[in-house]
Amino acid sequence: MATQQSDSSFAWNRIALYATLGLLVAFYLSPLESAIMTAFKTQTGFFETSPLVPPTPSTFTLDAWGQAFNRLQGGLVNSLLFTIPATLLSATLGSLVAYGLTNTNWRGQAFVLVLLIAGIFIPYQSVLVPLSRFWSVVDPATIFSWLPPVANRSGLVALAVTHTAYGVPITTLLFRAHYKSLDSSMLEAARLDGASIAKIYRRIILPLSIPMFAVTLIYQFTNIWNDLLFALVLIQQPSNDVVTISLTALQGSMVSQYNLQMAGAFITALPTLLVYILFGEQFAEGVAGGGA
Amino acid sequence: MRSRILRVLGASDEDDPETAEPDVRTDGGTTSDAAAASGETSRLGQWLDSEFAKSLPFWLPATLLVGLFVYGAIGWNFLISLTDWQGLRQPTYESLDFEMYTRFFDSVFAGGLLSGPQEYWALRNTFVLLVVFTVAALAVGLLLAILVDRDIRFENTFRTIYLLPMSLSFVVTAIFWAWMYNPESGLINQTLGAVGLGSLAQQWISDPQYKLFAVMFALVWQFSGYAMVVYLAGLRAIPSDQYEAAKVDGASLLKMYWRVIVPQLRASTTSAAVVLMVFALKAFDFLYVMFGTRPGPSADILAMMMYRESFGTTNWAYGSAIAMILFALALGVIAPYLYLQFKRGEL
Repeated sequence: MATQQSDSSFAWNRIALYATLGLLVAFYLSPLESAIMTAFKTQTGFFETSPLVPPTPSTFTLDAWGQAFNRLQGGLVNSLLFTIPATLLSATLGSLVAYGLTNTNWRGQAFVLVLLIAGIFIPYQSVLVPLSRFWSVVDPATIFSWLPPVANRSGLVALAVTHTAYGVPITTLLFRAHYKSLDSSMLEAARLDGASIAKIYRRIILPLSIPMFAVTLIYQFTNIWNDLLFALVLIQQPSNDVVTISLTALQGSMVSQYNLQMAGAFITALPTLLVYILFGEQFAEGVAGGGA
Repeated sequence: MRSRILRVLGASDEDDPETAEPDVRTDGGTTSDAAAASGETSRLGQWLDSEFAKSLPFWLPATLLVGLFVYGAIGWNFLISLTDWQGLRQPTYESLDFEMYTRFFDSVFAGGLLSGPQEYWALRNTFVLLVVFTVAALAVGLLLAILVDRDIRFENTFRTIYLLPMSLSFVVTAIFWAWMYNPESGLINQTLGAVGLGSLAQQWISDPQYKLFAVMFALVWQFSGYAMVVYLAGLRAIPSDQYEAAKVDGASLLKMYWRVIVPQLRASTTSAAVVLMVFALKAFDFLYVMFGTRPGPSADILAMMMYRESFGTTNWAYGSAIAMILFALALGVIAPYLYLQFKRGEL
């Protein structure tokens, strides 16, 4: 009798558990659902029907997507142009720094490390004015005047370098955790065999870093692609606008055209959404290790 | 995988730099007696041979880059905050004083409890955001983590969905939520109407009473998944026999979590709280997209005010002073945390 009772209460517990989980799923996905349905509707469609309901044949349109894409395509290209180099550079540098500060022996490593890790938590606001000064004095347009394709994208060069500098602390932290967990006797053996520090890195550490490279690359790509603040301050010419800026401008000029805004938001989010859907596990690991 | 997540902030101190091994006494500074005896060239040779010198190419370039862009910039920012620089002319660094800081704090204290200049509001809202958002995101994240940890099917799918908003840009989420909060056609008010709570419908993001609340609600939606991931790692580290023991003792589920499990998650709470608080100090992009640079007294924060003063009205020195105050607040949150981590050898 008693077991029967606890069995049925167990079943009810499970039902309640899955119901709660399901409600939470509905809550977490509702902004995306409302946005994607709206993006496929005409103006009368999204003002007169619930945002959760799919469009009917009379209110269905793809216009919003086409228009939004036209407004954002320049920004998408620019975003890729600076996000990819900054992501690769910050991950590579982070791996090198973490190795230099973890798997070698000398005093003072901890001090350098604390300085680097504190860099993760710096509010960007506290460096904005100097950064804008710095990049107007050290103008990439002048430095690369012999190379017009780069000089025309001076704002993107500034953004790539800045994001690399602000990415190194977090990538270092992620790689360091990985390198600390490696079997130190293996490295010791290599060292006794007379392998140089550089050789140990190339032959042993680098091949073992591949999973961690996946984590840092995905995490950094998402972070850098999503940023608005640095771009607002560092991008001067409209031709250099990155996608987050283009989307903000689109939202500001198409005030009540919600279908256009939602389509634009999805187009902007598409690369990070794809990366997230394909590599969610790695993203979660990066998030857990580095924080927002 | 899980244990790797746990180790991210480090757990072992087996290769602590201080436990120097016998073969590495040649680290530049400490072996001066041996080096002095053997002359200049071998001293240089010895130095070049040390692990310190050999590891330099790995960490020095990037560290210099970070040093220049992070610490150099903060130093420069502090210098600017001591000047009177404004307008479109170049900064001059001749008369340096703390005038901008006194101006800020004078304005803060000039305000009463319910009124005052922008400084007062920005500081107040920053603290409200810091505390309320952090606590709410932690609570929701803990709930999610406990639910997901109950041995469920499709655990990965649930986790992926709850963490999904974290992968989106604030520009994107702010646009989504501005539409959600639309007074006539937005999902929030429509849902309230559909379940018979239409009287609760509000002008969420234009009514000053609800603005900040609406922003925090959306931010909790976006960030609770992060707290969940951190808590989940913490929960997985608790040995399962503790659950069994509590069950044998006849503790109810709620009691078990509250008395036995939650107290053991203190480390997860601390690290998640630090990250969330620092994030709250930076919550700029979201507000900027939703309200522009003037969110009004009810939703203004220091990060926004700093941007407005510097890049809107070109009060560079004043903007830099606000930025330093923001930096001090962030330092107040992270310095104790990093110090503790360092003391425990967990860096």
